[in-house]
Amino acid sequence: MKPAAFDYVRAEHLDEVLDTLNREGGDARVIAGGQSLMPMLNMRLARPTTLIDIMRLPQLAHIERNGDNVIIGAAVRQSTLLAWPELAETLPLVARALPWTGHVQTRSRGTVCGSVAHADPSAELPLVLCALGGEVHLRSRRKRRRVPANDFFTGMMVTTRADDELIEAISLPTNRNACAFREVARRHGDFAIVACAAVATKGGVCLAIGGVGDTPVTREFPRLASGALDDALNTFAYELDARDDVHASARYRRDLVRLLGAELIREVLS
Amino acid sequence: MTRLAANQRHAVHLTLNGKPCSGEAEPRMLLTDFLRHEIGATGTHVGCEHGVCGACTIEIVGNLARACLTLAVQADGCDVRTIEGLAPAPDRLGALQAAFKRNHALQCGFCTAGILMSLDHFLRENPRPSEQEVRDLLTGHLCRCTGYAPIVRAAMEAAAEMADRPAKEKSDA
Amino acid sequence: MAEASSAKARPGSGSPWVGQSIARVEDAALLSGRGRFIDDIGVGPGTLHAAFLRSPHAHADIISIDVSQAMRSRGVVAVLHGEDIRAMTSSLVVGVKAPVECWPMAVGRVRYVGEPVAIVVASDRYRAEDAVDLIDVRYAVRPAVVDLRAALTAEAPVLHDGFGGNVASDRSFRYGDPDGAFASAPHRISIDVSYPRNSCTPIETYGVVADYNAGEDAYDVLANFQGPFSIHAVLSRALKVPGNRLRLRTPPDSGGSFGVKQGVFPYIVLIAAAARATGRPVKWIEDRLEHLTASVSATNRAVSLAAAVAEDGRILALDWDQIEDCGAHLRAPEPATLYRMHGNLTGAYDIRHLKVRNRVVVTNKTPTGLNRGFGGPQVYFALERLVQRIGVELNIDPLDVITRNLVPADAFPYKTASGALLDSGNYQEAVRRGAREGALAELKARRDAVRAEGRLYGIGYAAVVEPSVSNMGYITTVLTPAERRKAGPKNGAQATATIAIDPVGSVSVHVASVPQGQGHRTVLSQVVADVFGLKPSDIRVNTEIDTVKDAWSIASGNYASRFAPAVAGTAKLAADRIAARLRRVAASQLNTEVDDIVFVNGHVGSRRNPDNKISFSRIAALSHWSPAVLPDGIAHTIRETVFWTPPELTAPDEGDHINSSLCHGFIFDLCGVEIDRTTLQTRVDRYVTMHDCGTILHPAMVDGQVRGGFAQALGAALYEEYAYAEDGSFLTGTLADYLLPTTAEVPSPIILHMETPSPFTPLGSKGVGEGNCMSTPVCIANAVADAVGAKDIVLPLVPAKLAAIVRGAEPAPPARQNSPMQEKRDGDRKLRGEGEAVVSAGAQQVWDMLLDPNTLAGVIPGCHRVERISDTHFRADVTLGIGPVKGRYRAEVKLSDLDPAKAVTLAGSADGALGFGRGEGRITLRPAPNGGTVIHYIYEAGIGGKVASIGGRLLDGAAKVIIGQFFAALARTAGGGSFASERLSWIARLRQWFGGQR
Repeated sequence: MKPAAFDYVRAEHLDEVLDTLNREGGDARVIAGGQSLMPMLNMRLARPTTLIDIMRLPQLAHIERNGDNVIIGAAVRQSTLLAWPELAETLPLVARALPWTGHVQTRSRGTVCGSVAHADPSAELPLVLCALGGEVHLRSRRKRRRVPANDFFTGMMVTTRADDELIEAISLPTNRNACAFREVARRHGDFAIVACAAVATKGGVCLAIGGVGDTPVTREFPRLASGALDDALNTFAYELDARDDVHASARYRRDLVRLLGAELIREVLS
Repeated sequence: MTRLAANQRHAVHLTLNGKPCSGEAEPRMLLTDFLRHEIGATGTHVGCEHGVCGACTIEIVGNLARACLTLAVQADGCDVRTIEGLAPAPDRLGALQAAFKRNHALQCGFCTAGILMSLDHFLRENPRPSEQEVRDLLTGHLCRCTGYAPIVRAAMEAAAEMADRPAKEKSDA
Repeated sequence: MAEASSAKARPGSGSPWVGQSIARVEDAALLSGRGRFIDDIGVGPGTLHAAFLRSPHAHADIISIDVSQAMRSRGVVAVLHGEDIRAMTSSLVVGVKAPVECWPMAVGRVRYVGEPVAIVVASDRYRAEDAVDLIDVRYAVRPAVVDLRAALTAEAPVLHDGFGGNVASDRSFRYGDPDGAFASAPHRISIDVSYPRNSCTPIETYGVVADYNAGEDAYDVLANFQGPFSIHAVLSRALKVPGNRLRLRTPPDSGGSFGVKQGVFPYIVLIAAAARATGRPVKWIEDRLEHLTASVSATNRAVSLAAAVAEDGRILALDWDQIEDCGAHLRAPEPATLYRMHGNLTGAYDIRHLKVRNRVVVTNKTPTGLNRGFGGPQVYFALERLVQRIGVELNIDPLDVITRNLVPADAFPYKTASGALLDSGNYQEAVRRGAREGALAELKARRDAVRAEGRLYGIGYAAVVEPSVSNMGYITTVLTPAERRKAGPKNGAQATATIAIDPVGSVSVHVASVPQGQGHRTVLSQVVADVFGLKPSDIRVNTEIDTVKDAWSIASGNYASRFAPAVAGTAKLAADRIAARLRRVAASQLNTEVDDIVFVNGHVGSRRNPDNKISFSRIAALSHWSPAVLPDGIAHTIRETVFWTPPELTAPDEGDHINSSLCHGFIFDLCGVEIDRTTLQTRVDRYVTMHDCGTILHPAMVDGQVRGGFAQALGAALYEEYAYAEDGSFLTGTLADYLLPTTAEVPSPIILHMETPSPFTPLGSKGVGEGNCMSTPVCIANAVADAVGAKDIVLPLVPAKLAAIVRGAEPAPPARQNSPMQEKRDGDRKLRGEGEAVVSAGAQQVWDMLLDPNTLAGVIPGCHRVERISDTHFRADVTLGIGPVKGRYRAEVKLSDLDPAKAVTLAGSADGALGFGRGEGRITLRPAPNGGTVIHYIYEAGIGGKVASIGGRLLDGAAKVIIGQFFAALARTAGGGSFASERLSWIARLRQWFGGQR
């Protein structure tokens, strides 16, 4: 269980990353914390010909407040964000969800943007990015663009990032509204069977579900009487196209969407 | 920019438990293999090579890391701490190690190095942890022999001992 | 150092070391990174490294193996496949009499996913794996059979022609008058259960280093095997050398085994053969994916068990029907899992009438082998579930059913109906104390209170007999008495121990117990220190095995919990023998009688006159320095090897009675569990486990065994299963899929003890390592049954399994929504989908595109080139993947059922290093109302191989993306919108990609 051969590029300037991506495209892969990519390399599921290490680029290692946005650079580790003193106040949902990402020993290496790039439908960070309406900052040699989270994730581990683009950062709008997060996994630290984030909005609650569809799915729920809410959640649960696997049945996943959804919506609105 | 070509060995220098050391690695060589088979530091064990079991947990520049999810070339120039650096002297165990021994917190000892490294790092940052915090930390490790209870007990005992010690030293002085 | 840090101070010089929890001699090295596990030990210069190519299919014929490209790969020295191995070795022994071969590497046919197909030997492991990817194997896939009941049917695919169908063995047994008991009993209560496949999965994987000496035709093997065991004979036979030319050694440390490392032996044959073929030492360290997929597992078993029951819950007779699934090959020592408990089929109960049918089947799964509990979990899951059901059906407290049936305390030694001799115990007392000290009354009150709040809470019990020290003859119970007569009797359990004294009088112990973490060295130092009046730190214990130098027998090794009862006792016997001689030496030196000599605090002296003494080392060394002064009749005191086998372990008799094990500990467990109403997760609220394992040698190690076994059993109950799809794909190939419990999941059990010494062992001790693997899964299952009021409890208790039981039918989908049936993976793991698109091209135009290789090249995702084999058969070279996951595949596309310009069936397959995919789709074309063509498709597809076992969680979504890419590209090429369907969210995303319109 050893990786196939690749060239290793230790970037010292951002241009080197962008040039390499521009030249080598999909055959090159950016490595940051490596917590998602390295297992795939070891199992030879992924066989890039070049690996570009961006962890020695200090400009990518910042968490910044920019007006109403928090911008998290590509080299910011999950543990760094979790320890950021302003997290609980600016992004309470992230503060709640992030401890569910992996374990202490993986958060200390894994990056926030790396999890977003990997686009695992069960992962917490893509989920909260969608729930909060955050953006992904992409940069290539040609241009920079920002993609809203809900457009960024297009499928199971598939995103709108082009082969020559680097995820330079993500931005999350500060959101102090009432929020809640719950996740059900087989064991602590496992991939979510269902992860559920809820944030109060003007008209009601934005509910985001991970682990069920091929991407995180968000849905706005207005304030509803409990019977109507149950019906709406039931409809939502069936729309998510849940599947069976060894860890859970589709029915169990729908059950959790109905039950956790109701619980979180009630919690956020109370 | 440094570009290291595939299929060629490149020099890797790092500081291992406070001492400079170096070896050669292809870009794809895992840090576990580098430490164990290039440097000869075989105390860091390999249990899964996909980051789940925790046996290979070490410290890189003050951060916990799965050595199996790290390339040797990524650690170039870094401070690396492993199990071999934990005891104060070859014939003496540190407080955490001694607590493990006292509490029978190991049987086969294969997963132990990683667990000790996690706890050593954690207890330095959290000198008075709750049992829940210790258990949460240890979910990042798999042990098949002990059923964990003695490990948690040893960790709590070591934490208490290590937290008390500087206080005692102060009052003694 | 050891005893200095002992938590419990030694009370006085007279009290023994045995029974104290002294610190372990093993620990200092292990705690400071100085353990010496197999991969920590250096190898000789020039050692090569091996990697395996493994089967992606559960059942297939190997059509061809092309190794030419792999041979040209950098660093490769040799590539061997099944025919090469067959030429160098003999088939492994098969556990039953049948004309069936068992090769450690597939020869001609693969029978399980992960079966070795070729081995690459190269300069390092990385390069070896590079070459594995370059081996080109063509398979002709056969249907697979995975379910053990399905394997019995007439239409099941047959794995081995030498067995009748897939049944390797079918034996029936009758003890007492079961039919009479069933006919006269007022109740017949029965249960059908299945026990899942799982494994105790040590954290260290297998490792082998082998070298071959051509000059002497001899092999030297280092492996983290757990014996020589009876398997050494199997190995030497397979390698075609006499036993004395197969030197088997074990490393000083082994990272856990729990029986599992017995399964390394087929790899010993393969690595030894590779060393012979290359003329160089060869090393192989198994990786975790290999381990989970293809090392070994416990058997899964289906049991129908019925009891004839009196009104008061007394069980009068049992009727067992067991079907044991040993996987694809019946590898030695299987079918031992099924027969290990044969004397114990009545458990802890006094049941005189017994009827048994035992069938062993082969299926397309990894072969089974030793695993902690070994047959016990399977037997007790049925028996103790039945006891709980008797309680429920007769409205008796299940605990009363247990106590009314226990073997009476005055009946020991008690011979069970099928022949086991239960050595000692007081089961009633153990249950009483367990219930009292475990606060059962309080737990019941808690259950009532919690239930009153509408929560789900249940209490479970299990009472089990834990056998230890296996009779080497029990496995022959699988043979008929006539077959046994022909083969000659097999019995016993030879244990060995050697005590040696060196010229300065220090004592060494050597045993063939092959510890894998249990602390044997510490316990032996205690046992021997007590005999010689020394400190444990004075004794050096070596437990490494070297079959050319050590005393060993076929029973030597680490299994069947034989250390404390057999090996430690044998070490005591050996020490006693030397001590007896030293007593005579000392008596002559001290001018006193032999009976007056005592060993105290490092001295040998007179009991009557404590001043008359001499240091132990001086007396002990005499035999080296001045043998002439030894008394007459004492040749030496330098070395003593004892072989010990208990006389109670006799061969099965003509009536198939078998004393399958020497010792029988007793366990009574009770637990309270709560099931969360939202997550349906089972949380063990309290677990009490009462053990009687005879004399306790080291209390902390006994508790360590209990806790470790408990944690593994909790895993078996709630988390762990080696899961297979119906096509034989393995689904739990990573530790993110095969879930071992962590600190967050394992509660700390309350451990209670009582000690009823065994009259059959030198120290009175019995085994204790496996008991909770037998008692805990069913105890938890009984508690869950109590909590949810269900009869059928299937392990592991994946929360989703409880959904229907706890919640009933699911809320219906909203009326306007289509049923979700069409797009989902069914039990057969097939992906099914359907879609439709309107394109501007006419039907004939679309039709022509489908039959044109150039169009296909543009439509097949990641296609490099298309080769036209015939008008309806195309071959393509494609790169498929999602996100970073990419692999190169050889694809075949065949068109059939052609209805020109209207409909066609498209069958495709793709094979590559990551696995394979097979799919079939029917495409129909019809004119669109507003011009153009409606392309409709419906497909089903299956995926297997490596990617199914390690990426199962993501697989279906990935496959859909790729299939979607094909149809989207087709639509695009046909000048139209992309495919769409209201229900299919991925289609919506495809639409976004390609900017198409409906």
